[in-house]
Amino acid sequence: MVITGAEIVIRCLQEEKVDYLFGYPGGAVLYIYDELFKQDSVRHVLVRHEQAAIHAADGYARSTEKVGVALVTSGPGATNAVTGIATAFCDSIPMVVISGQVPSAAIGQDAFQEVDTVGITRPCVKHNFLVRDVREIAETIKKAFYLARTGRPGPVLVDIPKDITAQKCEFVYPQSVSMRSYNPTIKGHQGQIKKALQLLLEAKRPMVYAGGGVVLGDAADKLTALVRKLGFPCTNTLMGLGGYPATDRQFVGMLGMHGNYEANMGMHYCDVLLAVGARFDDRVIGSPAHFASEPRKIIHIDIDPSSISKRVKVDVPIVGDVGEVLGELLALLEGASERPDQESLGSWWKQIEEWRRRDCLKFSQGDGLIKPQYVIQKLWEVTGGDAFVTSDVGQHQMWAAQYYKFDKPRRWVNSGGLGTMGFGLPAAMGVQLAHPGSPVACVTGEGSIQMNIQELSTCKQFRLPIKVVLLNNGYLGMVRQWQELFHGNRYSESYMDALPDFSKLAAAYGHVGLRVDKPGDVEGALREAFKQKNDLVFLDFQVDATENVYPMVQGGKGLTDMILSAEDL
Amino acid sequence: MGIRLRPFPEPSQTLDAQWLRGLMTIQNKTPMRHVISLLIENESGALSRVSGLFSARGYNIESLTVAPTEDASLSRMTIVTSGSDDIVEQITKHLNKLVEVVKVVDLSESAHIERELMLVKVRATGKDREEMKRMADIFRGRIIDVTDTSYVIELTGNQAKLDSFVGAIDASLILETVRSGICGVGRGDRVLKV
Repeated sequence: MVITGAEIVIRCLQEEKVDYLFGYPGGAVLYIYDELFKQDSVRHVLVRHEQAAIHAADGYARSTEKVGVALVTSGPGATNAVTGIATAFCDSIPMVVISGQVPSAAIGQDAFQEVDTVGITRPCVKHNFLVRDVREIAETIKKAFYLARTGRPGPVLVDIPKDITAQKCEFVYPQSVSMRSYNPTIKGHQGQIKKALQLLLEAKRPMVYAGGGVVLGDAADKLTALVRKLGFPCTNTLMGLGGYPATDRQFVGMLGMHGNYEANMGMHYCDVLLAVGARFDDRVIGSPAHFASEPRKIIHIDIDPSSISKRVKVDVPIVGDVGEVLGELLALLEGASERPDQESLGSWWKQIEEWRRRDCLKFSQGDGLIKPQYVIQKLWEVTGGDAFVTSDVGQHQMWAAQYYKFDKPRRWVNSGGLGTMGFGLPAAMGVQLAHPGSPVACVTGEGSIQMNIQELSTCKQFRLPIKVVLLNNGYLGMVRQWQELFHGNRYSESYMDALPDFSKLAAAYGHVGLRVDKPGDVEGALREAFKQKNDLVFLDFQVDATENVYPMVQGGKGLTDMILSAEDL
Repeated sequence: MGIRLRPFPEPSQTLDAQWLRGLMTIQNKTPMRHVISLLIENESGALSRVSGLFSARGYNIESLTVAPTEDASLSRMTIVTSGSDDIVEQITKHLNKLVEVVKVVDLSESAHIERELMLVKVRATGKDREEMKRMADIFRGRIIDVTDTSYVIELTGNQAKLDSFVGAIDASLILETVRSGICGVGRGDRVLKV
């Protein structure tokens, strides 16, 4: 049957079993929106800003194993989407973005709402396409989904000129797709895996360091099984939280710039490091020179060869899907007669426990101002550690990462790589749609929430009972913290005057808003909020503006150079 | 076609110098010249993906040439770059990661041949006219355009040969030069093919 390009787009999404499409209409996508109107299997979520459409698709993808899908128009629609696309790219999130383009004949004529979308997005997508013929739409969308979800995942953009969505052709959705130029390595090299196991068995001070790749590769079970079998300590990156259960004794906490003392010390002083789906980035190991000053053997499992030996020289590289490789390691370990030397492992654990006793995350909640850490701790208790938590970027993000103990993967949704303020609320919309009935909290700051606060309107339209946990300290807290520590307390433009009354603002959008000033009210407010199964509750916690995030490794310094508390200064 | 880009600024000139200095210490610092050859899908935008990768990651491009192969669906690109072993390893990994790149080989890892084409337009009047003809012959060049006052000399060879020709003739007589950037191919059995 001959159908229009626009109908082909929708049919492709149906073939890919897309249930939610996040988007915003405009001139160049009118034919596509017309086809959306005529069907009801792909449900469209109308956001209030294109950036939010991408973040919502992103949150949907992070909290499920599926590809997030968004639809935007040409020109400003596409440029508004760029921040979202770059956010997804930095964290390797599988996503397909369809953008409208001006009609083919108008391309290059500086037409109304024309930008070179493919050119603008090229550095921040896994791949992108400009469709030049209606007969190419189906195959291109098939390829886009295939590229987005396989290998190291990432966003793929398909730009479709308006005239092509109006033209007609026969619709056939390809059953499979193969590209001679794209063949990600899935199975790890056998010899390398054996070498890795040998190193692990001989280790005296081992450490397992797991990143977002474990979450994205759905390998948390295998990682947990392997780490437990070996009896090794395990740390997670910001992106990897939930990849290993945080309440487990073998978990030493998050590592990095705001990582736990025991995690950073263990990372630095281990003799064999197993890195899984992580990339040794600057927020994780600080200075590579300092990191290299302590000798250790490094095994690195990653699906992306370019992540290996990028910042840190690796001894045993294993390119492959982390789940596959961990599975093989586990099978080999189970078949092996050797076990790690319990005596040296025991004294290593003794050392780690000694570090752990520093209790680097301790804080005290008095009767005065609410401590932000206390709010997160209570959030964890009230939700039984089982909520989906999205966050924005800044101090609140770090406190959420430190004090909410994630036992399961895909529960922690944050912009780790790009650090995009304004991510949390729209991401929570995607998470809530993917998991109706599950508790979803958006931990945010008064700076970040205002970057996409218009989405409270979307939340009302789609009845999304998200719980917004605002840690309101009146400052761009992380900026203020750096200014306090490194810029002589000169708080240049980090104080926000004239903040709105957030509880009234939430009420104006039709939600429940509540301001909490006293420590004694924190738990009750949270309990009450999570009881509201049908309403979005916006909790404005007035927190201590002087709190800083500790431990802290100053940018460019070594992992062991930690500021543990204000007393260290 | 070929493009030449200015060298990337030294790390010390950039803002995040401290971080970059840390980065440098893990790398073998001696920059070496490398000739990278690759096959890429002959699609619009493919060249931008490659050149964008180099500029975004701060890699150096000395020259880049690209043209379709005997199989019109594929283009072959020769990139001359310089960097330490670690950087060149990253360059080849990132090139391989581009979805449209089919195959990448570092030709300079073993025996290979490099050739570049240069066209030089020179002033050719009076006694210089004979001298230019003689120099072209010595360098196995060919004169492919003749006017009363000028020649265009076509010269093929490796970069060093072209450089020495330019050095050998009187600089004031050069009206313009245009170079293609090098093409490279492995010697003997080494074949870059799908």
